[in-house]
Amino acid sequence: MSKNIIEVCGLVKKFESIIAVNKAGFNVEEGEIFGFLGPNGAGKSTTIKLLCTILKQNEGSVHINGYNTLSQPHRVRESVGIIFQDPSLDNNLTVVENLYFHAKLYHVPGRLIKERIEEALELVDMSERGNSLVRTLSGGMKRRVEIARGMLHAPRLLFLDEPTIGLDPQTRKQVWEYIGELRTKKGMTMFLTTHYMEEAEICSRIAIMDQGRIIALDTPGNLKRMVGGDVVTIKTGNPSGIKSQLDVNPGLQCEIIDNETIRIILSDSGKSIPTLFEKFGDEIREIDVKKTTLEDVFIKLTGRKIREEEGNAHRDRTKNFMKMRKEA
Amino acid sequence: MTGVSDSLVIATREVIRGLREKSRLFGSIARPVVWLFLLGTGLRGSFGGVAGVDYIHYIFPGILVMNILFASIMAGTSIIWDREFGFLKEILVAPVSRISIAVGKTLGGSIMSTIQGLIVLVFYPFIGIRLSIAQLTLTLCCMFLISFCITALGILIAVRMRSFEGFGVMNNFVVMPMFFLSGAMYPINHVPVWIKILTRVNPVYYCVDLVRPVMLGLTPDNSIWANLGFLGVFATIVLGIAVFLFRLEGS
Ligand SMILES: Nc1ncnc2c1ncn2[C@@H]1O[C@H](COP(=O)(O)OP(=O)(O)O)[C@@H](O)[C@H]1O
Ligand SMILES: [Mg+2]
Repeated sequence: MSKNIIEVCGLVKKFESIIAVNKAGFNVEEGEIFGFLGPNGAGKSTTIKLLCTILKQNEGSVHINGYNTLSQPHRVRESVGIIFQDPSLDNNLTVVENLYFHAKLYHVPGRLIKERIEEALELVDMSERGNSLVRTLSGGMKRRVEIARGMLHAPRLLFLDEPTIGLDPQTRKQVWEYIGELRTKKGMTMFLTTHYMEEAEICSRIAIMDQGRIIALDTPGNLKRMVGGDVVTIKTGNPSGIKSQLDVNPGLQCEIIDNETIRIILSDSGKSIPTLFEKFGDEIREIDVKKTTLEDVFIKLTGRKIREEEGNAHRDRTKNFMKMRKEA
Repeated sequence: MTGVSDSLVIATREVIRGLREKSRLFGSIARPVVWLFLLGTGLRGSFGGVAGVDYIHYIFPGILVMNILFASIMAGTSIIWDREFGFLKEILVAPVSRISIAVGKTLGGSIMSTIQGLIVLVFYPFIGIRLSIAQLTLTLCCMFLISFCITALGILIAVRMRSFEGFGVMNNFVVMPMFFLSGAMYPINHVPVWIKILTRVNPVYYCVDLVRPVMLGLTPDNSIWANLGFLGVFATIVLGIAVFLFRLEGS
């Protein structure tokens, strides 16, 4: 049996009148990619901050790598790496200085630091920019540096809070490639949050969070099965023949639309379609697949959509702050 | 031991950042120069000499302390910037004790404000003050100690602040009075008792009383050990409270 690297029980965090996290409980096994999915304000970042000792909960307990976050925060901090939702680099230091500072704070042995920094920068394709001041980098580059920094001390558990928020689609894709590479190369357990549905697909398990509560927790496949399944529409000359053969399978819904169309509802179209082709390849004229998304799951659970709006809050806050600074 | 090296790492960052901000470093030269020459020459007529020394000589150590005071408060309160720009999270989530964070931040900030003090100190030959090597060394030590105490105070002020909103108020109601009640610009002799009491709890008063006698060969109000003792206890208490507040962070 695998070991739980995260154990959370009855977690509650209140900010004055807001209950940001409401009785959350879950475990994460070593080696998993565990995802938190939910709209803005659901309590994802707050949960991560509780798990990595930045915040202290009102109720409940968290064990990371076997250590209690309230009574052994130092041990917890040694075990984890984190990529925060909001920027957290020192803009007035260079990329390498930021990384070096991090390595020193995490007590990476001096003889390893240089090679670790080089390796990390290479992984995120930032080797060329090591000596640039962070404030001269683009948003996507900063994100990459933060990912490089998170892995520097080789943590067993890496938290990624909205790793792609505010990035353009191309950079987002790249960032996921780096994250994937990090996982295959280092075998780290990953705990990530996102409000982009499609990004949650890579997770081994997903907790869907809404208004501080975990409303569902399962593998992406099982979550989607809750909604029904993928809808496969086939144009064929022989719908009734196909239906009669498919009806033998119990886990499969099949419906004839008209004399050349048949609609099948499948739990996992990716795997089943090749089988369909094997059996009926000659008879299929056209095929159309509408995959169930996690968005469908969220709608089914809450009756609402996950809003796909970007996190502008922080930028506005910084702008106000700069204004204040000028007036001071 | 890791505690000490963690502090040094944090201090190093402060110094690298500080040295990179050349405009801030040298911009701080304007205020003391203006005070020294305009105010000093202007008031010299009314004061003549104080305690048997030329008025400009008398206020020079005071203006040195002033520059260190403002630089140190700025250095300490830079923790608000760290918070706003997110870097404080990076430090707080690292496996580093809260004491090391507070001490490291204070140490780095005080190195930088000592350097800002140095930028004022170099003017001493031009206004006719003579210092022996021993006096110069002692002055530097005092400057560092003063920087350390006041930077620690700056950190304590800033540790619970979420923005610079309260900063102006704090500056006008804490820092400026500390300066005016320090004896930096004039001796505090004939004042009401309550002002005298305020003076006696004012760390800047002890700073001035420490560094001025060293530079000008005057007799201090308190003994040098009393001054050192007060400042040592002050820094310890202030840092202690700051660490305590750091530990509450996130509750
Ligand atoms: N420091 C804070 N003070 C007060 N309220 C907060 C604070 N941090 C978060 N919240 C509130 O808690 C709720 C959850 O926020 P958050 O965890 O950031 O959500 P998510 O990361 O899922 O978007 C929101 O309503 C937010 O306004
Ligand atoms: Mg968030």
